[in-house]
Amino acid sequence: MLKRDRWRLAIVAIVVLAGLVTVFPLSGKINLGLDLKGGAHIVLQAKGTAENKVTEDSIDRLLAVLRNRIDQYGVAEPIIQKEGRDRVIVDLPGIQDPDAALELIGKTAELEFRSVMEATAALPPGPQRPNYDSDEEFQRAQVRWKESGERIEEARAALEKRREGTEGAVVSRDDEGRYFLLGPLLVGGKDLIDAKPQYDNLGRAVVALTFSSEGAKLFDRATADNVGRQIAIVLDGVVISAPVVQERITGGHAQISGRFSPAEASRLSIMLRAGALPVAVEVIENRSVGPSLGEDSINSGIRAGLIGAALVFLFMIIYYRTLGIAADAALGVTLLLVFAGLISLKATLTLPGIAGIVLTIGMAVDGNVLIYERMREEARAGKTPMASLDAGFKKALATILDANITTLIAAAVLFYFGSGPVRGFAVTLSIGIVASVFCNVIVTRTILQLFMGGRRGAGFMAPRS
Amino acid sequence: MRDFSINFMKHSAKALLLSLVMVVASLGLVMFRGLNLGIDFTGGNVVQVEFAAPATVEDIRPLLAEIGQGGSVIQSYSDRGLIIRISANEEEARKKTVETLRAKYPGMQVIRLEKVGPVVGSELRQEALIALVLALGGILIYITVRFQFRFAVVSVVALIHDAVITLGLFSLTGMEISSSFIAAILTIVGYSLNNTIVILDRVRENWKDLRRQGIVELLNDSINQTLSRTINTALTTLLPMIALFLWGGEVLRGFSFALLAGITVGTFSSICIATGLLALWWAKSPQKA
Repeated sequence: MLKRDRWRLAIVAIVVLAGLVTVFPLSGKINLGLDLKGGAHIVLQAKGTAENKVTEDSIDRLLAVLRNRIDQYGVAEPIIQKEGRDRVIVDLPGIQDPDAALELIGKTAELEFRSVMEATAALPPGPQRPNYDSDEEFQRAQVRWKESGERIEEARAALEKRREGTEGAVVSRDDEGRYFLLGPLLVGGKDLIDAKPQYDNLGRAVVALTFSSEGAKLFDRATADNVGRQIAIVLDGVVISAPVVQERITGGHAQISGRFSPAEASRLSIMLRAGALPVAVEVIENRSVGPSLGEDSINSGIRAGLIGAALVFLFMIIYYRTLGIAADAALGVTLLLVFAGLISLKATLTLPGIAGIVLTIGMAVDGNVLIYERMREEARAGKTPMASLDAGFKKALATILDANITTLIAAAVLFYFGSGPVRGFAVTLSIGIVASVFCNVIVTRTILQLFMGGRRGAGFMAPRS
Repeated sequence: MRDFSINFMKHSAKALLLSLVMVVASLGLVMFRGLNLGIDFTGGNVVQVEFAAPATVEDIRPLLAEIGQGGSVIQSYSDRGLIIRISANEEEARKKTVETLRAKYPGMQVIRLEKVGPVVGSELRQEALIALVLALGGILIYITVRFQFRFAVVSVVALIHDAVITLGLFSLTGMEISSSFIAAILTIVGYSLNNTIVILDRVRENWKDLRRQGIVELLNDSINQTLSRTINTALTTLLPMIALFLWGGEVLRGFSFALLAGITVGTFSSICIATGLLALWWAKSPQKA
């Protein structure tokens, strides 16, 4: 064995060893993307208004409030980060109920107490055909329902008109279609120091509020001024309830009930404790995957990968025999290095990333095919096995590099422009290309030289009969 | 192992014509039949649900029609799994859809939820275009530097040919184009090029025989000398993609289909189109040997 060859053997041994040490034991070492482990990826767009513009400061406060809410909700390892000037990315791994998560982070949660100056009637629910005996009755009911809707709209227009004459007044509706003309803000969410989900004596879920000392004073005065009248509790511009004040409330404690489910009450409590978002947000992107689907994806990815690899392994052995075994060994090392690369670069493995690995299995042996075909040509031209091996590697090298660099260019562009999962594909493909070129050129050669050393160059490259 | 001596160049005119027809047909399909763009590019709402008991598209459609979501695209991927693309963009529409289904099928589970706003959709569309242009440009430059300009032009024509026909197939089958499709197209571009390069590399190596052989003979020899490699690599790449298509799950099906189509067309175009065009170009204006 030449000195150069011994060096090569040493390098291969070190790389394989390092790969093995990095990869095994495998469990928990690979960063899985949300599409594989399940979770929600949410992109929020901050929506400024003329009075409340989106600034760097408001985005920073937005991040803080979101973090606070998510921490209180109890999500392990969330990612909350700014993207661009006015967007926020929220990644919530392992979330079971993406809708609940959306409710939690997408709501501004601006709580207001306002006196009710006037209210319209509620809009009754629309008539349902099964409740009526005949089509005529049903149609009459529909007409009546429509008319009451129109009456409410008229009353609303009157409220709007009155609002214009009153300083600080607003018109809000509740979820029964009732409109309220509300007086100026009495107490707000910023005057709270605590909010807790509780059950009232009727067993309904409510949110118990504790005001700060300043808030307690304001609330005291508000209730004293409005005994016998309604005070509306308004959340994000929607009236959630409008109880009649029975008596002055001095202790700084209050309760809001609004037909919440227990889960809603606990979510609202979190939002009130964490505070309102400094700017309103809109969900512009949301990709949520349940844990079961993620697991299915991993399993089918592994299955497809194993079957694909088995087919390629078989093909190489059937077609190239001994050389095929060397190529398969090199392919094994390539896969080892792909995983080692993923782990040491702390890259995230996504579903398209798995596809990239499966693709690598097929493309990795291309280098071997190129080399082997070259070697056969050289052998046919009359060279000894050792000489054709040398010539084959030497001549195929430029081709292998050219062919792989172009794929690498495509992968680099994908990495730069791709979002989340697609970027994962670019990563595994790039690592795969680098690993497979190394394995084609260095590992295969070492293995072949070991073989040849053992078999004294026996004619394993002889043309197929 | 045997030597190939197939006279590819004899049929090169036919191959070019076939390609031209396929490209025109694909462009026609894309233009008139259109593409099934996924929500990544159009914006929209997709919900993937799994029922406790088997349920079919026919069971679900009337339920959605009742709440004004009759225009939703419903696709079943197993006897109890459905992917629903809701026609309306609003959050409310999605919630209503899920509630309605859950009321009828209590054991139903939402296992995937995707919403892409229209702004994000148009951004992704734009990014995909920029990525394609940049990748093609970069590759063109690389081959020009490594080989020569003519080689670069024919390789890029060959790979545009592959991408267009793949698009045509997607239009024909109505399969959805998502952002992973862009990844697939760029991979096809890389792969097709890889193939073309191997052949052109051999052309470059044989260039010294140009005066003796003439361009047609030289191209033909180069294709034949690399043919077993071209076929073997196509096979080893297709095998895992077939596995991915059959067993890789619903989400990756479009991706693996694109690659299957692209690799097949790409192998054909490397053998016939790139070399055919080179010969044609040569006939018009021969280069120095």
